[in-house]
Amino acid sequence: MLIWIGAGFVLALFAPWIHQLLKEKTGWILGLFPAGIFFYLLAQSRLPSLTISHPWIPSLGLELSIRLDGLALLMGLLVSGIGALILVYGGAYLHGHPYLGRFYAKILLFMSAMLGVVVSDNGLLLFIFWELTSISSFLLIGFEHEQPSARAAAWQALLVTGGGGLAMLAGFIMLSQITGSWSIQVWLNSAALVQSSPMAGAIFWLILAGAATKSAQFPFHFWLPNAMAAPTPVSAYLHSATMVKAGVYLLARLLPVLGGLVIWKTVLPVLGMVTFLASMFLMLAQHDLKRILAYSTTGALGLMVVLIGLCNKIAVEAFVVFLLAHGLYKGALFLVAGGIDHAVGSRDVRKLGNLARTMPITAATSIPAALSMAGVIPFLGFIGKELVYESGLSIGNNMILMVALILANAIMVAGALWVGWLPFFRRKAQLPVEHGPSTDEVGNLLHENSPGFWLPPVLLSILTIGFGVIPRMIQPLMGSAAQSILNESFSFKLSLWHGFNPALFLSIITLVFGVFIYFAYGWLEPHMQHLFYRLRRFGPSEGYDRAIDHLKRLAAWQTRLIQSGYLRRYVLMIVVSTVLLSAIAFLAVAPSLMKLPSRQPEPLRFYDVILVGIIITAAILVLRARSRLATIALLGTIGYSIALIYLFYSAPDLAMVQFAIETLTVILFVVVISRLPKFTRISSTPKRALDILVAVMGGIVMTLLMLMITSNPADSQLASYYLANAYPAANGRNVVNVTLVDFRGLDTLGEISVLVIAALGVLALLSLRSSHSSAPSPDNLPPSGKLGSRLIHGSIILPVAARYLMPLLLVFSVFLLLRGHNEAGGGFVGGLVAAAAFMLYGIAVSPQAALRLLPIQPRILMTLGLLISAISVSLPLFFGLPLMTGMWLSNPLPVLGKLGTPVLFDFGVYLAVIGVTLLILLSLAREEVQK
Amino acid sequence: MSVLLAITAGVLFAAGLYMMLRRSLVKILVGLLLLSYAVNLLLFSSGTLTPGLPPILPSDGGLGLAASYADPVPQALILTAIVISFGLTAFAVVLLRQTYQTIGVDDLDELRNTDGLSEPDHSLDLDEEIIERCEEEECP
Repeated sequence: MLIWIGAGFVLALFAPWIHQLLKEKTGWILGLFPAGIFFYLLAQSRLPSLTISHPWIPSLGLELSIRLDGLALLMGLLVSGIGALILVYGGAYLHGHPYLGRFYAKILLFMSAMLGVVVSDNGLLLFIFWELTSISSFLLIGFEHEQPSARAAAWQALLVTGGGGLAMLAGFIMLSQITGSWSIQVWLNSAALVQSSPMAGAIFWLILAGAATKSAQFPFHFWLPNAMAAPTPVSAYLHSATMVKAGVYLLARLLPVLGGLVIWKTVLPVLGMVTFLASMFLMLAQHDLKRILAYSTTGALGLMVVLIGLCNKIAVEAFVVFLLAHGLYKGALFLVAGGIDHAVGSRDVRKLGNLARTMPITAATSIPAALSMAGVIPFLGFIGKELVYESGLSIGNNMILMVALILANAIMVAGALWVGWLPFFRRKAQLPVEHGPSTDEVGNLLHENSPGFWLPPVLLSILTIGFGVIPRMIQPLMGSAAQSILNESFSFKLSLWHGFNPALFLSIITLVFGVFIYFAYGWLEPHMQHLFYRLRRFGPSEGYDRAIDHLKRLAAWQTRLIQSGYLRRYVLMIVVSTVLLSAIAFLAVAPSLMKLPSRQPEPLRFYDVILVGIIITAAILVLRARSRLATIALLGTIGYSIALIYLFYSAPDLAMVQFAIETLTVILFVVVISRLPKFTRISSTPKRALDILVAVMGGIVMTLLMLMITSNPADSQLASYYLANAYPAANGRNVVNVTLVDFRGLDTLGEISVLVIAALGVLALLSLRSSHSSAPSPDNLPPSGKLGSRLIHGSIILPVAARYLMPLLLVFSVFLLLRGHNEAGGGFVGGLVAAAAFMLYGIAVSPQAALRLLPIQPRILMTLGLLISAISVSLPLFFGLPLMTGMWLSNPLPVLGKLGTPVLFDFGVYLAVIGVTLLILLSLAREEVQK
Repeated sequence: MSVLLAITAGVLFAAGLYMMLRRSLVKILVGLLLLSYAVNLLLFSSGTLTPGLPPILPSDGGLGLAASYADPVPQALILTAIVISFGLTAFAVVLLRQTYQTIGVDDLDELRNTDGLSEPDHSLDLDEEIIERCEEEECP
């Protein structure tokens, strides 16, 4: 069975191509597949229940478990049999439609999913297939997706049934918790356990939600009539014969588990009866053939829910017979309606008539179906109705139930006649309404539809008559289905004539009443339509529309709130949430970690205090600074003070790098300053106060974090390892430098890559020629050729001194590079000092002169540096060593010392840093000079 | 000293955050710099503060006072961080420069999209504007 389902999915995938190949005959050929399943299932019916199980995701309890018992067989035969007919019919109905290939694919997809629902024995598996049917229904309802009404109807169906599916899943999860397994068999055998659990009520309501949404029970019934926007084959298959039955199937399947609950026996009949009556009344207001049929379907589903709710043997027997009968006649009637629509171009019951002459075959199939729906002897529907009345009579206190049943069934009779009898046999018709494919110029119908249209309903009607007259044919099937629902075995006899009993009497009353209503159509329809139009405001359909509308407005509101487009808002939110989360974390761990440093505090030296004082003062002054230059100067102060702190606390490399970087940052700002806007004070005071509050809280978080870190020093093995191995393994005494270029060389490689990328980004930004430069230069200074003369206004000390200082600085930078491995220094500092040297020259003389002094362009320099570093890192690979192994020459050279790949790496870093820095700074400087 | 350093880092962090919440374009840069100073101090304090013992081994090849040297690992990390934040700062400066050149507006609240700034949408302003332009003499 699993193979059939899997094959169904695969066939669905290839259906569009098969359609392109076979064109006209596709429906007939594809129909062979479900026909095959149908006959396979027929063969299975002789054998006892088939059970297969394969594990799929054991940790979730998901197994591919299949169980073919009587109920599954019944549903499976319905699905596959009608599926085959629909494929044929659909090929005829949608002939020439551009999406016909997709139609086949979607129908096959649905069919496989529906088969999965009815045969699966694992709750999770059933849910998966359930949702697949929802999705394929969505696809099929929205078949004519260019129509907004089809799209809206498809969404409605998906949302309603999808929501119900989720509720059902919740119910399943609870069931699996109680019984400890996901296997439906286990559930069925654990009835006592489940019913005595406190969750039983919740489980019932959740599963009912799933079933009620899928089977369009009140108040979720509104999606089904709207789903008539789908093409008729889809309506016939999904929304009458099979998919909507999935809900009642679920209830039937779980009857042994939940059937003993009192709420089951009270809520279900009430709900079903309300649905039945409401649908029937709503049906009175319809004039579209398909909508009449849709409401009659919801009514029939309501009736089936009632039967399941009654929960006794006769009710279950009635259920299975009615299930089959309904599937047969409703499918046939839908197909007939589609045939009428195709031939005449109208589905309006008020105007149709007189079609029997020109559509004899269609008329002939329509009559048995209509009469079966009306419950006339000797059709299968009659047997079903009889059993329904008998089960109604079998319970006590049934007065209201019986009256309601009679009323509703009577309207059902009328509906059957409206759809199946009236279009063919009414004398006065108001045709032509529109031209159909089979009408002549005046609008008279010419001929019968093609066999693809009438063959499927003919088959269904033949079965309706046949099963009605000789019910013994289906007795074993019905019997095993009923027995599997109740999970017990009993004998079952099905016969056409039950004798002159009260049920027969009721049936006759129903028929008479129904015919009476039929003739009253002319008066009823407009009045009912008017009534429901007025009532619409209170109906569930309106409720759905309003709910969706509110949801959209909520979404728009919260997007406006959170994604407002204001950068400051985003920053504010990020900071506030970080502060809040940190505060929560602090409060959680505070007692254990918040203590003052345990180590003996070193005596506070006065220059520490001075430095800290300088930094804090400068930081506060920065906030109040009114001019850009003042801000830059203060930032430089802070930077240098921090460098001094590094120096005092044993980080010479760090201090040198900080000094150099700070210098270059100040230069960077100064070079660009003329192109940046002046400071303004724009924000209002309340906003400012909020910002101050948030900032102060952030600062407090930072302080607390630092206190926590320093008072709980991490016991790092890393430091002692690096210190111990720096010289023996890496031939270096400056442990920081050794860490950078050897132990953690990959980080450094990434770092210079980032630098190169930043420089390229700067280059790209600067080369953007903007079409409109609308910013005026805030400094009203005339452009002149030399940057230096602009800034210095004619002093000659700097240009002269620069010419001598620069070579010294360059030598110093090489010195720093070479000594870096064993003393304070290194590639970074060296590169920065060299860059600073060139910048000094560039400021003092001109950027072009500085560029001319460079033997290689900065761009190439930085790429070269990156390349050298990359080579030094990957060189060991050529010698069969792992990446980044340090390879050293055995004998140290006189000036350079011991040479090896880490030294080469440092050299690459040196070049890269020079290249990046000069690229950025000199490009910017040149931009200034050129303007 | 670690307490003082913690306070310093807190002040820097607060100043940086405040600057980043301003409306003026350039103040974001200033805020960025202040934030990176604060974070570097945070990293620095994760290795305990040891004055006077830089992690440079003595030239005789022995380990010297290896047990009490300053922790080299945070220093290496901070070095990386400083250099990368310089690259970041440079890129940010140029980005802001080009933005200002192209759009000509330095108020962040008006930079809500890049669809051309024809008319600032004042209906959604969060606060009233108090604009004090700098006098020519005070702001060179």
